[in-house]
Amino acid sequence: MHDLKDIPLWRQPRVRGLFVQILLIVLVCWVIGTGVQNTIDNMSKRGLASGFGFLSDPAGFDIIFSMLPWSEDHSNGRAFLVALLNTLLVSFLGIVLATVIGFMVGIARLSSNWLASTLASIWVESIRNVPLLLQLFIWYFGVIQNLGGTRQSMAFYDVVFLNVRGLYFPWPKLPHEMLIFLVSFAFLFFGMRYFTLRHFRSKRVFWITLVLFTCLLWLLSGATLAFDIPAIRGFNFQGGAVLVPELVALLLGLATYTSAFVAEIVRAGFLSVNQGQFEAAASLGLNRAQTLKFVIIPQALRVIIPPLTSQYLNLTKNSSLGSAIAYPEIVLIFAGTVLTQTGMAVEIVAMTMGVYLVISLLIASVMNKYNSWIMGHGGG
Amino acid sequence: MESIIEINKVSKWFDDFQVLKTVDLKVQKGEKIVICGPSGSGKSTLIRCINALENYQNGEITVCGHLLKEDPKVVEAVRKNVGMVFQQFNLFPHLSVMENLTLAPVWVKKISKSLAQSEAMEYLKRVKIPEQADKYPSQLSGGQQQRVAIARSLCMKPDIMLFDEPTSALDPEMIKEVLDVMVELADAGMTMICVTHEMGFAKTVADRVIFMEDGKIVEDSPTQIFFDKPKSERTQVFLDQILKH
Amino acid sequence: MRENKRKPLKLMNRWIRKNLFATSFDVFLTLICLAFICWALPPFLKWAVFDADFAGTTRDDCTSGGACWVFVKMRFNQFIYGLYPDHLYWRPNLVFVISGLWLAALIFPEWKGKRKLAFTGVLLGPIIVYQILYDGFGYLEIVDTPQWGGLLLTMIIAGVGIACSLPLGIILALGRQSELILVRKFSIVFIELWRGVPLITVLFMASVMLPLFFEEGTHFDKLMRCLIGVTLFASAYMAEVVRGGLQAVPKTQIEAAQALGMGYWQSMSFVVLPQAIRIVIPGIVNTFIGLFKDTSLVVVIGMFDLLGMVKAAFTNREWAGYSVEGYLFAGLLFWVFCYWMSKFSQKIEKKINMDKQSSGGKAWNLS
Repeated sequence: MHDLKDIPLWRQPRVRGLFVQILLIVLVCWVIGTGVQNTIDNMSKRGLASGFGFLSDPAGFDIIFSMLPWSEDHSNGRAFLVALLNTLLVSFLGIVLATVIGFMVGIARLSSNWLASTLASIWVESIRNVPLLLQLFIWYFGVIQNLGGTRQSMAFYDVVFLNVRGLYFPWPKLPHEMLIFLVSFAFLFFGMRYFTLRHFRSKRVFWITLVLFTCLLWLLSGATLAFDIPAIRGFNFQGGAVLVPELVALLLGLATYTSAFVAEIVRAGFLSVNQGQFEAAASLGLNRAQTLKFVIIPQALRVIIPPLTSQYLNLTKNSSLGSAIAYPEIVLIFAGTVLTQTGMAVEIVAMTMGVYLVISLLIASVMNKYNSWIMGHGGG
Repeated sequence: MESIIEINKVSKWFDDFQVLKTVDLKVQKGEKIVICGPSGSGKSTLIRCINALENYQNGEITVCGHLLKEDPKVVEAVRKNVGMVFQQFNLFPHLSVMENLTLAPVWVKKISKSLAQSEAMEYLKRVKIPEQADKYPSQLSGGQQQRVAIARSLCMKPDIMLFDEPTSALDPEMIKEVLDVMVELADAGMTMICVTHEMGFAKTVADRVIFMEDGKIVEDSPTQIFFDKPKSERTQVFLDQILKH
Repeated sequence: MRENKRKPLKLMNRWIRKNLFATSFDVFLTLICLAFICWALPPFLKWAVFDADFAGTTRDDCTSGGACWVFVKMRFNQFIYGLYPDHLYWRPNLVFVISGLWLAALIFPEWKGKRKLAFTGVLLGPIIVYQILYDGFGYLEIVDTPQWGGLLLTMIIAGVGIACSLPLGIILALGRQSELILVRKFSIVFIELWRGVPLITVLFMASVMLPLFFEEGTHFDKLMRCLIGVTLFASAYMAEVVRGGLQAVPKTQIEAAQALGMGYWQSMSFVVLPQAIRIVIPGIVNTFIGLFKDTSLVVVIGMFDLLGMVKAAFTNREWAGYSVEGYLFAGLLFWVFCYWMSKFSQKIEKKINMDKQSSGGKAWNLS
């Protein structure tokens, strides 16, 4: 099957393949080229220069919720950063909340208690089949805006307060020191646990050493346990920190919506474990708790984790719906306000889509690493 | 007389593994050849080279006067003339029996649908299941499915029929009905190359029997000689193993 | 006689004991659930049903403090048809009827031309629907697209989106499997791009950026921009669904087709794709359900689908303040559609699995 010289060029598969690919490149270049050309023309007709210079111009608008200090004179670029942090904040909190609720509901669905499993089914089926945007509207316009004013706040143990202006909760008086302490503690704990545990004579020695080092860290970081507790002064709460009602509504909506899908994933994960596994463990003498811990849950988790991360990604993308209820995340601030004010459509939409793309790719690569790890540890 | 198939010093590698080692084989029109040997000997690969389902790196294969190369036109011409029956039947499950038979004649040979259908009916009668024409493969037994597969290849009116272990996936009671069809085909003069373990079939129908091992043709003898006085000792060992049960 | 009467009571007792009070934890759980139901349900029922107002025509008829369903009743037509002129309602109704019949024909048991009907429906459907609603090939009164709204618009966007994304998705799925490196890379990039971004940004892009890509003066219908964005977005998800189907078709099928002399496009069209699509019909239906819910996002770019019409209806001074009733009504409509569609897809999935088992993995007849 050689003697390629005898075959006319246009019939050789390799040549044909090359031809098709060249055609594809030409087509794509032509489409993109025309698009770019027209865009530049249209933009210049509107008196707009292309480029990212607009990022250093002053923003000129206020942002109702920001984790960084913010004022109108700050630049558009900083607005982008603030909005990005807001997106990440609501996504992170949403993921945690959705996971907790989702696992509870999923396990309830598997319960032998008819009431519990039916209520869980109703939860899942009602939430899954209604659009998220509609649920967000109900949470925001229906629930949050119908909460009482400052004096009629719902109080939780007198430290957390919920009313129409937001969720007020205690905040450490020295937040930076606290953050340093928490981060270094995390390193200390995981470092000691995974790298040095075997060097200790006994578990008790390990824990004592850990506690000693923790106290040292505490003193070094200068943190205190003093918290600022919100209290009513005048017309409003002072002290502590606040989550604006838009954030609360978005968080509740995202968490409950995603929890329905998480519940289904958890349920499928546990159902996927072969009945024979229970029997084998029992015949080996393992009790129910041990069977769950060593046999069932690890296997269920393998099935659960891939689609679970996919839901986390969906939640992050869905945070963009916060723009419809005035939460200052990326779409509202950047692709909304900044776009209206500067008109730099292409750059802004590209940056916005770029953020989500980067997050998606990051999560996908972490997922791939996890999958290869599983393959090497007896999976697949 | 010019051979209908001529395989000349053909070698093939899968990555670093050499699966065919300078194989030589000539087949005359109307000859029936059975190829046997242990698994991994390269017998399936050899016949799959004949209808270009596999390509080869060294040597030449000429089928019906066409020299096989990576030229789509040559490949198409060869495949129109060479039929293949697979171990796993490979019927198209979403099409009825009749549609399975007429698909290729209508779209590859470009004959009219009604003509294709009447010819298909003829072949269905030949394999003795004309009443199954409107059924779907899932509704047929394994033996019936394989017979439909044979009819499907016959509808293209090939000069050569290749069989790749056609009865290996069948329950024992269905092997006979398929072998009967193959015997009838042989009697009608078809050029056939069969990879199979059915030695009874070989004795009845084959003109030559070929024994392959490790990518080489170890023995290529007329049937009588192959079974009574094989030229090679390894052939004898193989025969002893196979004929013992 | 008395024994028969006792039996159901006994069965019920046994069931209650087993399912609700089996262990002490169970008892605790049951009590919590009952407490929750007693806390949540009665106030809701009181508001939604017992105190609610059903009769009347204006705001003044909603006096009781319960739910004002009069609002929903009066605005019902707008929720369904948008701003379509009411003397021409027969045209959207015609579209609903035709779609319903087409779907019913596909659902019911196997008959000869089923595949052809599905094929023609997917290809010609968007064009036919557009003509009926717009100007009937020039014979009917023109109704401009901004007037199409409500449930009608939701169905158009979702339906046309799926119909157009299916061919594109198939091409992308085939491209993703191609041996030609550039074709494969291009398909992967295209798919991952649209899957990695939220639909809202795609809609923004379509609505804001698309006009910039073309020469000045080309007028781009808002609906058209929206449909382009939705189609591109959905085609990426459709490509992944079809890819699953392609991987599920045994490679030996391609060999059999090739052995019969069929080339790449012939073996794909007649042998592989029909099987692949059959396998992933549940996946296609699920994508459609997702898209159906996602169409509610078009309210963000100023289009009035079901959710948009509901929202617009109570910004009107006449019905201000009755947002919850509107949202609940919209939620109910969505829920009804999505729930039954997902039940349907589960039924098909079960059927496909059953067929597979009954003939050792080779069959797959769908009827």
